[in-house]
Amino acid sequence: MSEKSENPSAGPERDHLPGTEVPDARGYFGAYGGRFIPEALVAAVEQVAEEYEKAKSDPAFAAELDALLKDYTGRPSPLTDVRRFSAEAGGARILLKREDLNHTGSHKINNVLGQALLTRRMGKTRIIAETGAGQHGVATATACALFGFDCTIYMGEVDTQRQALNVARMRMLGAEVVSVTSGSRTLKDAINEAFRDWVANVDSTHYLFGTVAGPHPFPMMVRDFHRVIGIEARQQVLDRTGRLPDAVVACVGGGSNAMGIFHEFIPDAGVRLIGCEAAGEGAETPRHAATLTKGDPGVLHGSRTYVLQDEDGQTIESHSISAGLDYPGVGPEHAWLKDTGRAEYRPVTDDAAMQALRLLSRTEGIIPAIESAHALAGALELGRELGPGATVLVSLSGRGDKDMHTAAEYFGLYDEPGAGSAHGGK
Amino acid sequence: MASKLSGILAAAKAEGRAALIGYLPAGFPSVDGGIRAVGALIEGGCDIVEIGLPHSDPVLDGPTIQTADDIALRGGVRIKDVLRTVQEVAAAHPAAAVLVMTYWNPVDRYGVARFAADLAAAGGAGCILPDLPVEESVEWRKAAEEHGLDTVFVVAPSSKDRRLAEVTAAGSGFVYAAAVMGVTGSRAQVGDLAEDLVARTRATTELPVCVGLGVSTREQAAQVAGFADGVIVGSAFVQRILDADGDEGAALAAVRELAGELAQGVRRS
Repeated sequence: MSEKSENPSAGPERDHLPGTEVPDARGYFGAYGGRFIPEALVAAVEQVAEEYEKAKSDPAFAAELDALLKDYTGRPSPLTDVRRFSAEAGGARILLKREDLNHTGSHKINNVLGQALLTRRMGKTRIIAETGAGQHGVATATACALFGFDCTIYMGEVDTQRQALNVARMRMLGAEVVSVTSGSRTLKDAINEAFRDWVANVDSTHYLFGTVAGPHPFPMMVRDFHRVIGIEARQQVLDRTGRLPDAVVACVGGGSNAMGIFHEFIPDAGVRLIGCEAAGEGAETPRHAATLTKGDPGVLHGSRTYVLQDEDGQTIESHSISAGLDYPGVGPEHAWLKDTGRAEYRPVTDDAAMQALRLLSRTEGIIPAIESAHALAGALELGRELGPGATVLVSLSGRGDKDMHTAAEYFGLYDEPGAGSAHGGK
Repeated sequence: MASKLSGILAAAKAEGRAALIGYLPAGFPSVDGGIRAVGALIEGGCDIVEIGLPHSDPVLDGPTIQTADDIALRGGVRIKDVLRTVQEVAAAHPAAAVLVMTYWNPVDRYGVARFAADLAAAGGAGCILPDLPVEESVEWRKAAEEHGLDTVFVVAPSSKDRRLAEVTAAGSGFVYAAAVMGVTGSRAQVGDLAEDLVARTRATTELPVCVGLGVSTREQAAQVAGFADGVIVGSAFVQRILDADGDEGAALAAVRELAGELAQGVRRS
């Protein structure tokens, strides 16, 4: 711990890195971000930005959101030491920030409740959202039930099949789930379809964007609603270990849970920030979703960021076993953190993620979402690099109930007619 | 400086009619077939054509143009094929103006200055970039101006008056007024929003105001021509080609016939 620190519980004194006050007024994080939207949406997006600025300085808004996060979501989420799992990570101490224990089963509810309150302030009565794994869709359907909004969720047809449980949850909550059959039939196309709905229904409808991408102010606003993850976790790690972690690890699709846990640590220059992207069958194969590792700067879904694209600027279809990371873009603040070197981004394959999923299940009794399992795989690798004595904080962004069908097929957990029961053998 | 686009719109006005603007994506149903189809639009009576540069993520297009873009991209259409389409159409029909309509990322990726230079060299008159708002368009407008290209901006019924003034001040050629809030595609009625938007837009600019989104019939063209300087039709042409189901002769005849009907419509108001 730094000698200069006067208040030990606040941790070491922090560097105020130039440029940590992002984005600028036009929504730019360095060269990334901005607002690339059709004219028909300009008024609506400006309204969101203005209402959010007003809400930020309204103590009643903060009080209502805090009460919901505490009494409805169940915050603060715990920090869990995973000693048996850590034994596989070269002796490094791994701590999990348990966003999987939030109501609805993932971090997504943090942002959804904030934007639901904003929707009510704007006088709108209908919410639309995209979803990949269904975690954002379930959180949105939940908030719409709580607030009495009409709710339509767009989900790629491929994802409605691999995340069928979450489709049923959304419908149970009263949402209409639209299966999107255009393009790659995954998250990218669900976002396209949600934008088309928004253009046609913008008077009544708020598009409750689910990640730190999209046009300004969404990357900033969604990050702000998730900052609570990092604020809680930083203090919890200090209280538990007496010092800051050596690294913070999170999975990155669009990147909302990662921005949420990273943000509070950005001024802590000694803390490495590591985002784990989905490498699918391998970042060197054509079937991956490793946007920051393999993509190039471009414009997708309203902001300038890294995009998986060909030389004509056509988006390349991504692939990941995890529906929530299966996205050829990424939030612009991650693009900026990559270029400035403040964060590192690593590809994690389907197989490495699935092995980490099973390892955490069997060593700790915690079944993580496949998305979060990418961060766990990254933490195992990092722990071996850093060795004994190191502390690694991992964002366990969601729970794995929704993924049991995929996992059962992957590991052969279903009874086969006439077969024995060698389930999950190595 | 009077551009080709301004000249054509002024000539139509002098004839006491609205201009007819037709859209088709390049590479649909094939690159050469697309060139012939755009030619048929002009032969049928379009004064101006917009050639779509197909994109993988056409968020402002409805199912009809999405289908056409998909066919074009699966057929392997490239930006160089789009530029060849512009070049061949412009060379064969020197009286018509040829615009490119596309999303921003393909232009950004190709290189802003390079795209403007290549489009101008191909004989293109300008560009419509519906997901590039005025605030993000400075680099493009500079390149376009250097190469004598017009930049047509879209305005929408949701645009407030102050915003309309900002948008029209940045644009050239004409202003594209979206008739409805929504994506491209034929609609039963043009609706009341269009006329109000045209009037509000006119209050901010001397540029001609042309109306698109949802216009598909002679009657709708005549109605829009009653209050706008130009009538823009896209999905209806695409649908004619889809309906021909691979019979190129039938497709060309169908789009030529529709262009002829619409050309009567814009003269009948």
